[in-house]
Amino acid sequence: MALTGIFLITFLLVHVSINACVFADLFVNDDGEMFNKAAHFMGSTVLIRIMEVGLFGGIILHIVQGYLLTLENRSKRSVGYAINYGNGGSKWYSRSMGLLGTLILIFLVLHLYHFWTPARFTHVGLEVPVVYNGVEMHNMFLLMKTTFISPIVIVVYIMGCVSLAWHLAHGFQSAFRTIGVHNKKYNTLLISLGYGFSVIIPFLFILMPLSFHFGWIG
Amino acid sequence: MEHYTMNLNLKVWRQKNATAKGGFENYSVSNISSEMSFLEMFDVLNEKLIAEGKEPIAFDHDCREGICGMCSMYINGKPHGPWQATTTCQLHMRAFKDGDTIVVEPWRANAFPVVKDLAVDRGAFDRIIQAGGFVSVNTGNAVDGNALPIEKDKADAAFYAAACIGCGACVAACKNSSAMLFLSAKVSHLALLPQGGPERRSRVVNMVAQMDKEGFGSCTNTGACEATCPKEISISNIARLNQEYLAASLVSE
Ligand code: HEM
Ligand code: SF4
Ligand code: FES
Repeated sequence: MALTGIFLITFLLVHVSINACVFADLFVNDDGEMFNKAAHFMGSTVLIRIMEVGLFGGIILHIVQGYLLTLENRSKRSVGYAINYGNGGSKWYSRSMGLLGTLILIFLVLHLYHFWTPARFTHVGLEVPVVYNGVEMHNMFLLMKTTFISPIVIVVYIMGCVSLAWHLAHGFQSAFRTIGVHNKKYNTLLISLGYGFSVIIPFLFILMPLSFHFGWIG
Repeated sequence: MEHYTMNLNLKVWRQKNATAKGGFENYSVSNISSEMSFLEMFDVLNEKLIAEGKEPIAFDHDCREGICGMCSMYINGKPHGPWQATTTCQLHMRAFKDGDTIVVEPWRANAFPVVKDLAVDRGAFDRIIQAGGFVSVNTGNAVDGNALPIEKDKADAAFYAAACIGCGACVAACKNSSAMLFLSAKVSHLALLPQGGPERRSRVVNMVAQMDKEGFGSCTNTGACEATCPKEISISNIARLNQEYLAASLVSE
């Protein structure tokens, strides 16, 4: 759980960095050139395609383990309490990792359907390529722009990112406890780092659909 | 604090034996002194039940001074009741006011089956200790206190961990019914001291194996255990336990 979680955290870092290239449009008005090149690099490099398989493996492992853990832990108390300890003892999001994970999963299915399926397989919405320095590539920037017109899509993306933020608010520090970091100095650092990460990364992600939707970029 | 008396309504879990279904019963007690302990209030109730020819409520207790770990009531949604760092026996009635309704339940975890009413079987903890929570030494003359130098910080941390009284409130509070805070206290206590060194690896592996066998859940670091522990055992002991376990299982046979 912890290892796959930390692996997914590093993935988020890469993912948010690549996607942040869309904001180049804001500063140099490149109409997505920088982002399209970065996306092309990610889609065409063999090593990264191999890493993609690892990523899917990691996500599936994390989800399967997560649900098994949740079910198993629930089975350990057959008769429940009349009054639950609730928020007096722990944070609601620490107790709701399975639920938050499920919301992320719902988002993830839609997210893959929006971008991964067209880029790899169907090419719907990517019929007209862009050409930079003689190299033809998918116009992923345009696909983002058209996808984020729908307000329903925006709502689901907000839900996904908010769920991710709470999931990480618990998951980040929990993962490091699970692998045995107990030194007070590191723990204090990791707790702050965890909260920072949980706020900043989902915030950057959510900025992207919003920026397209409200025409700040694109 | 000013002394006062109160009348209370109690909703208490009653269960004839381990296999009976059980359910809540309502009781009322009157003229309870604010200076009584919670268990003394139960004594008053039981005296009343006995006088009425009814079956008194079974509950665990022994030292009544917060050191044995026997008392185990889940009071108004929190193990050991509303006060921080307090066992049920040390909880005083001034925590409540006249007219309050107090709901009392047993520890809930499949690894701690109800024996009767509010008494549960915490034998699982004893078996975890038997799996490695000790040092194997031949007894003889007491060793000179200064023969074995121990760093002050380590001695303090070991002492804080050793304060665990094995009450099981951590399990009762945890949504996963995990015994990790208890086990982490026991493992940390010995892992921090030179006396625990020789059996450091086998101890943690065997105790974790026994814990899993007893049917406790897995820790997801929610922190409810630390919040309820009457001895304020720190959750960082759990991280230490994880490190001890990882290190030991990497080199175990
Ligand atoms: C896609 C759907 C996902 C599901 C169903 C899911 C489910 C879970 C579950 C059930 C836990 C259980 C741990 C607990 O209760 O404390 C967990 C922990 C965790 N998750 Fe996820 N998760 C998902 C996605 C993600 C993503 C995208 C990340 C990425 C960054 C992530 C990072 C973590 C971390 C760091 C932990 C903590 C590990 C630990 O406590 O040792 N999860 N997840
Ligand atoms: S860790 Fe605290 S709550 Fe758990 S058994 Fe020990 S004293 Fe009781
Ligand atoms: S009766 Fe001994 S700790 Fe409460």
